[in-house]
Amino acid sequence: MSRYISFRDFDWLLMAFILIICGLGVMEIHSATLHTKFAGAHIRQVYWILGGIACMFAMSLVSYQMLLERIHWFYIVALASLISVLLFGQKYLGARRWVKMPGGAHFQPSEWVKLILILAVAKYFADLHDRELSWSDIIKAGAIAGIPMLMVLRQPDLGTALTYLPIAVMGLFLGGLRFKQGAVIVLSCALLLPLGWHVLKPYQRDRLTSFMHPEADSQGSGYQVNQSLIAVGSGGIWGNSEGSQTHLAFLPVPQTDFIFAAFAEEHGFVGALGVMLLYFIVLMRLTQNAQTAPDRAGTFVVMGVVAVLSFHILVNIGMVVGFMPVTGIPLPLMSYGGSSVLFMFLALGIVMNVRMRRFVN
Amino acid sequence: MFGRDEKVSPERLTAVQYIILVIFLVLAYGLWRLQVVQSEFYSAAAEKNRTREVPILAPRGKILDREGRIIVDNYPSFTALLLRDSTRDILADAGAIAAGLHLDPKEVRDRIRRFAYTPQFRPIYLKEDITPDELAFVEAHRNELPELDTIVAHRRLYPRNGFMAHLIGYVGEVSEDMLNQPQWELYSPGDVVGKSGVELQYNQLLMGKNGSRQVVVNSRGKEVGQLEEKPAEPGKPLRLTVDIDLQIAAEQALEGHNGAIVALDPRTGEILAMVSRPTYDPNDFAVRIRKEEWAKLVNDDDHPLLNKAIQAQLAPGSVFKIIMATAGLQEGIAQDLRVNCNGGASFYGRYFKCWVVAEHRVHGSVDITKGIYQSCDVFFYTLAERLGIGRIAKYATMFGLGQKTGIDLPQEVTGVMPSEEWKIRNFKQKWYAGETISVGIGQGAVAVTPIQLARAIGTIASGGLMHRPHVTNPTDLPPGIIPASPVADQIRIPIDQKNWEIVTNAMADVVSPLGTANSAHLQGIDFAGKTGSAQTISNAMKAKLGAAGKSRFKDNGWFSGVEPRRNPEIVVCSLLEEGEHGYLAARTAAQVIKAYVEKQRRLPNKMAKANEKVDIGAVWNTPDPDGEGDSLNSGHFVMDVKNSRTRLAAAAPRIH
Repeated sequence: MSRYISFRDFDWLLMAFILIICGLGVMEIHSATLHTKFAGAHIRQVYWILGGIACMFAMSLVSYQMLLERIHWFYIVALASLISVLLFGQKYLGARRWVKMPGGAHFQPSEWVKLILILAVAKYFADLHDRELSWSDIIKAGAIAGIPMLMVLRQPDLGTALTYLPIAVMGLFLGGLRFKQGAVIVLSCALLLPLGWHVLKPYQRDRLTSFMHPEADSQGSGYQVNQSLIAVGSGGIWGNSEGSQTHLAFLPVPQTDFIFAAFAEEHGFVGALGVMLLYFIVLMRLTQNAQTAPDRAGTFVVMGVVAVLSFHILVNIGMVVGFMPVTGIPLPLMSYGGSSVLFMFLALGIVMNVRMRRFVN
Repeated sequence: MFGRDEKVSPERLTAVQYIILVIFLVLAYGLWRLQVVQSEFYSAAAEKNRTREVPILAPRGKILDREGRIIVDNYPSFTALLLRDSTRDILADAGAIAAGLHLDPKEVRDRIRRFAYTPQFRPIYLKEDITPDELAFVEAHRNELPELDTIVAHRRLYPRNGFMAHLIGYVGEVSEDMLNQPQWELYSPGDVVGKSGVELQYNQLLMGKNGSRQVVVNSRGKEVGQLEEKPAEPGKPLRLTVDIDLQIAAEQALEGHNGAIVALDPRTGEILAMVSRPTYDPNDFAVRIRKEEWAKLVNDDDHPLLNKAIQAQLAPGSVFKIIMATAGLQEGIAQDLRVNCNGGASFYGRYFKCWVVAEHRVHGSVDITKGIYQSCDVFFYTLAERLGIGRIAKYATMFGLGQKTGIDLPQEVTGVMPSEEWKIRNFKQKWYAGETISVGIGQGAVAVTPIQLARAIGTIASGGLMHRPHVTNPTDLPPGIIPASPVADQIRIPIDQKNWEIVTNAMADVVSPLGTANSAHLQGIDFAGKTGSAQTISNAMKAKLGAAGKSRFKDNGWFSGVEPRRNPEIVVCSLLEEGEHGYLAARTAAQVIKAYVEKQRRLPNKMAKANEKVDIGAVWNTPDPDGEGDSLNSGHFVMDVKNSRTRLAAAAPRIH
């Protein structure tokens, strides 16, 4: 087994598309925050991206197989970090999501837990020896994703908790879930859904009701949704460079979760469709990388990243066009925010890692 | 071995790619729906979002007196408010803000919390009509407290202490109930409209039209640009017929009493002064009246909100005898009527007392003149019996009693002039002849307002020419402002010259040493009038209530007087509730008459301005035909004043 790794095998094409998306994100953050108190956020975003790229290269050098060998330790540390958030976390806007790090930085463990979870699920399914899944396999896989999910729900952070779900779903699907088993899981979830309503916090219920009837409370909790719809709709086909919704600050905090709405207003249907095409190309390229992975585990790892990325895009753009409720899930690579950017580049680092080792075996 | 090296099913990977494709197609459809299909709808919504119509409030018209002096003005008033710029923690500033605006810090914090979930572009209103030092605080802390701001509104500035409050009225925000009425349906919530008095009557003229500015705002309502501006049309000024000098005299005359004074010019019907007591301060309503203060005003037994000059319906008492006398003379009964007053007389089996027995006197032989100046009840009981209720009601109704005068003020009441038909209509009962006797001295069911009485006495003193009273000069106003009134502007009621002289001379005697109001005599002024004291409850009721009832239900004192006695320039009606005696009311009215005459004498008069023939009234003394001293006479002169610079006082016959 020769261990020959070269950056020649690095996916430079994927990297190019990623950077284009990031560039568009930085431009839009600049434009949307120009006259607000967030002005200058795009500079910080550039720093995050540069840091992210560095992390990505570092990550691509460490063998993912080595990481998978020790994944149970990482998993335990991940759970411990979630517990520490619940115990010592900074309370901000009614939820404990952040841990204050030495040096004043704030750290959101639920983001890197996502990464560990991708690896853990990949390891679990790669090691299964049957073509078909037994119910005990399904329950074990559910537990791997379910335990951190419940802990994040306790923070409470429904949005991030939900992003753990597609990792498990993707694992189950690729791991050989049979149609009948899938149907049983979906049905039992549907039956448990009304129960979930009672677990939700009042603000979460507000978000759901305002999603169902945005006009009912257009100045209260439905305000963001309505303003986002107006922003997107008023962009028209070719966009509205004056973009009054964004530039006159009707759209609240446009640089994070609603960056796509701001972009769609400024660049119209054509621009928004272009960005979606870029994301689609990235996803297709990632899937292709999964197919060429050196082993089962590699495929699962890359497809875990695909699952998280697609889910983020679905929920975020779905929210912007009014198909999904407001959950506070950012649009990866475009939305402003260090944790989100770092996670994306670390995940891409693992993908590169897998790719660079495709000829190794 | 199967495991690490076994590839993941390529079909499933392809399936994932298709699922992603479907997701993207659905999302693209969502974008297409919003940005292509419904683009126009959302563009309009965005336009509506960013533009806002900011009203420019039109100031209300000023209210002026007959000489153009300002009675009601506007002043710019500032309201302090909080703009919610999320960069600042407003709660942390609450203490400083509360101190500067003299508010309770806890109240301010509660208010901020209460409004926390309302849209951020809506400001939180903190305090209306802030004082200059509070405004200075806001201006001085623009940098430290940028969220604190003010807006300007024009507020009404009324005379202090309720001066003229009832005539002027007050303004307030138009209520839901009002908006449902047809005359208010064009107004919108939040409009400030007149709620009573002239403010209500001439609201359309005074109000003006709000303008608006189309401004571009950001999400916090901060103006970032302006599109177009429609200036406000300020309300038009309203000139009243009221003379402030006379109003002041009337206000002072009534100070410390409950009741009303109304002074008008019987030659035109112009109201010169109108006072009602107790009064209220409309400035208290100009901002916002507290609930308990409003309840206190509404529930007060003395009815401070009532304009008693047009809304008090009370028995006129002996003032009614002037109408009786005119009716008796016109019907040819009173001229030769001689009555012997022994302190009372029996009619229809019941004994009716004359007021004079309370002073342990009798009137003795009484004719019409003495009947008036001594206010002999027995004379008028007899006259009432001779006339009968039908003829009494006919004359009283002709002179406008028991009906609205048609004055241009809201909520005038009708009063009551009883008659046989009235009794059947309202009580389904026959008229008893005994009731006529009480009506003869202005008691019983007769109820009039001060304005009715002023007009009736003025009409008789003017020889029968009756004008509809009004507080504005119709020629000053644009057409369509004055609503059509069912009352004619001018009515002539025939009164014979001889009868006219008898009645007006007797009225002049009332304020002479012989009369019931001798203490109200005005030296050198041709003052004439009639006193009245009207019971507020029947004697039987008074006896039943005993001493307590006697003090609570004192008689109302009335006086209605003119100057000069014939063709008067002014008639004053004064009502003193619980004033006990008419002569007190006469003194009050006399103060107003005196103020009027003194002002007329001070003014450069009409003769000085005219350069042609001028008709003037005057009084003079002539030797009595009996040779016993002088008697006062009055009449009209036509003087040629061409090129004359002589003043009236020198030109007219000498007044002693």
